[in-house]
Amino acid sequence: MKVRVRCFATAREIVGTGELVIDLPEGSTLTQLFDQIQGQFPRLQGLAGSLLFSVNREYAPSDRRLVAEDEVALIPPVSGGTHV
Amino acid sequence: MFDITHQPLSIEPLVRAVTRPSSGAVASFLGVVREQTRGRRVLYLEYEAYREMAIPKMREIADEIRGKWKVDEIAMIHRIGHLEIGEASVAIAVSAPHRHQALAACAYAIDRLKEIVPIWKKEVWIDGEEWVGPGTCEHH
Repeated sequence: MKVRVRCFATAREIVGTGELVIDLPEGSTLTQLFDQIQGQFPRLQGLAGSLLFSVNREYAPSDRRLVAEDEVALIPPVSGGTHV
Repeated sequence: MFDITHQPLSIEPLVRAVTRPSSGAVASFLGVVREQTRGRRVLYLEYEAYREMAIPKMREIADEIRGKWKVDEIAMIHRIGHLEIGEASVAIAVSAPHRHQALAACAYAIDRLKEIVPIWKKEVWIDGEEWVGPGTCEHH
């Protein structure tokens, strides 16, 4: 099944785009979705502890099961700063 | 009136929008970009929103307010994009028959907005940058 993933702030900068389409096995949870995205974008690891998720524009717990066409968003409360 | 805009904000249109014949008080809040944050000198801020979720979350806050206080109307507008020091990032107005409800509801509105509305700001300093998002406490 395919889900849309909207990425904001730090997550958007790491992923390099505001929106991804991810193909997942039926019945996958948000945690499984995030693991898959993190496999592609290892720097997301730094957000893992603080990131919130929404599904179809409502906050959702990480064990939430997804269905095809869901719109997920990665909602980072705060990033690690980048000091130059 | 609940919106997210790239345009500069002023409080007067919100005050006009919420004032009803029953209103005895209008409380308003304007959040502005501060030069110093957590001991760093800010050059500018960049705001970003998940618009399709942020506006419904503003309406949800208004529903919470109506469950707690007797108010007439509530308006909230957040600006996004590039903001300079001294510019307004968020404007809120709440009207009510009496001042205590209006003041309490307005304070609640900005606190909840920072907690649950998916809007982020990137603080750009002279020597770095950082994203700050919903649920982040700022006590400085």
